[in-house]
Amino acid sequence: MADLTLRINGSEKKVSVPPETPLLWVLRDTLGLTGTKFGCGAGLCGACTVHVEGSAIRSCSTPVSQVSGKSITTIEGLSANGLHALQAAWIEEEVPQCGYCQTGQIMSAAALLAKTPNPSDDQITQAMNGNLCRCGTYERIRKAIHRAATNGGAR
Amino acid sequence: MSPMTRRGFVTVGVAAGAGLVIGFYLPHGSRSEKEFFSPNAYLRITPDNKVTIVVARSEMGQGVRTALPMILAEELEADWKQIEIEQAGASTLFGDQTTGGSASIRTTWDPMRKAGAAAREMLISAAALTWNVPRSGCTAENSHIKHAATNRSVAYGDLVAKASTLPIPTDVPLKQSKDYKIVGQRLPRVDSPSKVKGEATFGIDFQLPGMKYALLSRCPTIGGKVSGFDDKDSKKISGVSYVGKISDAAVAVVADSVWGAMEGRRVLNVTWDDGPNKDLNTAAVMASLKQGAAKKAASMYLAGDPAKASGRTVSAEYTLPFMAHAPMEPGNCTAHYQTLKCEIWAPTQVPQDCRDSVAPAIGLDPDQVKVNVTLMGGGFGRRLEHDYAVEAALVSKAIIGPVKVIWTREDDMRFSTYRPASHHQLSAKLDNAGFPTAMSHYIASPSISGQKGQPTPGNVDPDLPDEAGPVYGIPNYDINYEMTETPVPLGWMRSVYALQVAFALETFIDELAVAAGKDPLQYRLHLLAKDQDLQYFTTTWHTARMRGVLQLAAEKAGWDMPLPAGRYRGVACFGCFASYMAEVVEITMENDQPRIHRVVAAVDCGQVVNPSILEQQIQGGIVYALSNALRAKITIEKGRVVQGNFDDYAPTRMAETPAVEVYAVSSTEAPSGIGEPSVPPLAPALCNAIYAATKKRIRALPILS
Repeated sequence: MADLTLRINGSEKKVSVPPETPLLWVLRDTLGLTGTKFGCGAGLCGACTVHVEGSAIRSCSTPVSQVSGKSITTIEGLSANGLHALQAAWIEEEVPQCGYCQTGQIMSAAALLAKTPNPSDDQITQAMNGNLCRCGTYERIRKAIHRAATNGGAR
Repeated sequence: MSPMTRRGFVTVGVAAGAGLVIGFYLPHGSRSEKEFFSPNAYLRITPDNKVTIVVARSEMGQGVRTALPMILAEELEADWKQIEIEQAGASTLFGDQTTGGSASIRTTWDPMRKAGAAAREMLISAAALTWNVPRSGCTAENSHIKHAATNRSVAYGDLVAKASTLPIPTDVPLKQSKDYKIVGQRLPRVDSPSKVKGEATFGIDFQLPGMKYALLSRCPTIGGKVSGFDDKDSKKISGVSYVGKISDAAVAVVADSVWGAMEGRRVLNVTWDDGPNKDLNTAAVMASLKQGAAKKAASMYLAGDPAKASGRTVSAEYTLPFMAHAPMEPGNCTAHYQTLKCEIWAPTQVPQDCRDSVAPAIGLDPDQVKVNVTLMGGGFGRRLEHDYAVEAALVSKAIIGPVKVIWTREDDMRFSTYRPASHHQLSAKLDNAGFPTAMSHYIASPSISGQKGQPTPGNVDPDLPDEAGPVYGIPNYDINYEMTETPVPLGWMRSVYALQVAFALETFIDELAVAAGKDPLQYRLHLLAKDQDLQYFTTTWHTARMRGVLQLAAEKAGWDMPLPAGRYRGVACFGCFASYMAEVVEITMENDQPRIHRVVAAVDCGQVVNPSILEQQIQGGIVYALSNALRAKITIEKGRVVQGNFDDYAPTRMAETPAVEVYAVSSTEAPSGIGEPSVPPLAPALCNAIYAATKKRIRALPILS
């Protein structure tokens, strides 16, 4: 077991877990942040995407000990006040069907917009291709990212 | 009022702005009758003028929590902004609650309309009695009854007490479609805000105080068993509290975290008795299907006498592999066994089956098992099974406490129930103009229902009547089915047999068009030119409606317009779940692989309830179908499923996803299925486009195998 201090969504959380535990399970089981999803456990689907120091990472394949002390953002902390531009765009474009992958999709998109405020179609594809959606919402995701970018996306 | 025993439970999401709340089913019995008006199990109106509509089907992304309430709210003349939605668990009040077969709308269209209309008529009567005016002068609108002559208005909530005393009418007038205000509108889905904020509670997110987590080690060989296990390494893992055999084929590892259970299972040492299938492999299964197709057992459709027809013979064979549903949310279920009762929280398409299979497994009666339905991270038919619920109940009973069983992706891929593999023989006799005077289609495929011990009347799988229609009014035409057997576990996967049948039929029709030297669209339109009603089991297929969607798709795709150099088109049409669908696919070939640029889809599914959800379903169905067509293939070696995760069973990603345009035929016919009909035409339309580009005919899926 390791006693770690995590900086999640702007506040410090102390956890006592085996150091190799993937961040995903610490978020979900230890801290109750269930907006981050389990899809494959192997970094193949993107459902578990969160930000570490502003970059999108796969929390299912990231040992918690690697991110101790670093700034972690989950879907629950993406917007300090209500909806992030991407979340609003997701609703306006009616993106979610089952919705299970969408929090991971939004976290990948948010990392993209933070670095590339007006992405091209190719840049969107490149940033989002690691996120699977079995409901097939990809084209609506693309539209929602463009819409959020137009609305000043990276807030 | 029904004396409901279920407790009120957590609210699982609040839709910002819309004022819509999604909760579990609330009790009737916990409130006094005067507090609300509930003429049927679908509806409750409270004095605060809130209308609560109960959804008795499961939400797996297809939008039932929005679309079904819209139907009731329309007849009720309810204010949509004041609707509250509740998810029913397993119940005896709603008939069959199975969510599958693209049936939620088409089978609840009448009950939901009548439920709303009966309440509306009672509220009108209540207002008329209160005001002492004739009913005929009262109208219902926006959750109020109005009396125009005296300019009075009363909210439904203020009529609750009076309406509750009135008899429930059995024969109520239903609205005309021209008067619809809610049905047919692009109302936003009620579940989107909670889903984008990460607040929606899927099965895997459900928590109980003191809950443990379990993973199961299942025999990797189909039909094999546990012969023994050594748990000493597992018990060294932090948090592991229990290791035990819970069935013939599985050992459970229970821990206080998912990771603990994963680690405990990783080091668990189980010895397996591989059983009778240890030498099973997919090649042998496919060979047996090819033999089966020659047996020609059950006739499903017969027009004229195909054997007596003459003309030029064209024939071809097609094969399709086993496929896995692979919903994004892996299998899971939470159970809490206590003395003489057990409560289940399941992401399930079959709450009643969960109840009825859990009960005997843990020695209870069905009425001692309460099944709550959570949101599902996709279903696609995988959650028509109830294995996850039985496992959770068994583990909970073993540890006498609340537990959530979680499947990993590899568990999901290797212990699924698979779309049956199939083999198809088609042959036709062509007249001098190249059109078929006769056609025969022999299908060999194991039966899902048959394998599960369910009835297969006439040796026909009971799903085939909804999923294998004749499409074309060819004068001498038969469709035959040989029900084969396999030990590979079988399940209903989105569009089920329609995917197989459409791939074979619509590729073959394209081959006939080529043999005739004719344009594949015009060839199909010629075959559909005459208005015919084709009787297939209990469904009547109308060639006019199929022709309608084919023409609509072709027109919108610009079939008559030349394509840019290097671009090619393919077309296919099919009917299933009582809906008609046509798709035109545009591709280029890059490095011998198709790149799909555009899909134009046209559907005739009768009255559209919510056009936005319809478009979602068709766009999503086409992407799902693209995954099936390009790479989906489950193979068996030495009795074990080979594929394990999204690397070797690789669904379509954004880079491969085409733009999908959706067009619906305007119709006031009763609604028909929409969750699945977009799936079957995609693979043949794509393969027909590949033929147009390369002159290579693809007769086996997946394309990139």
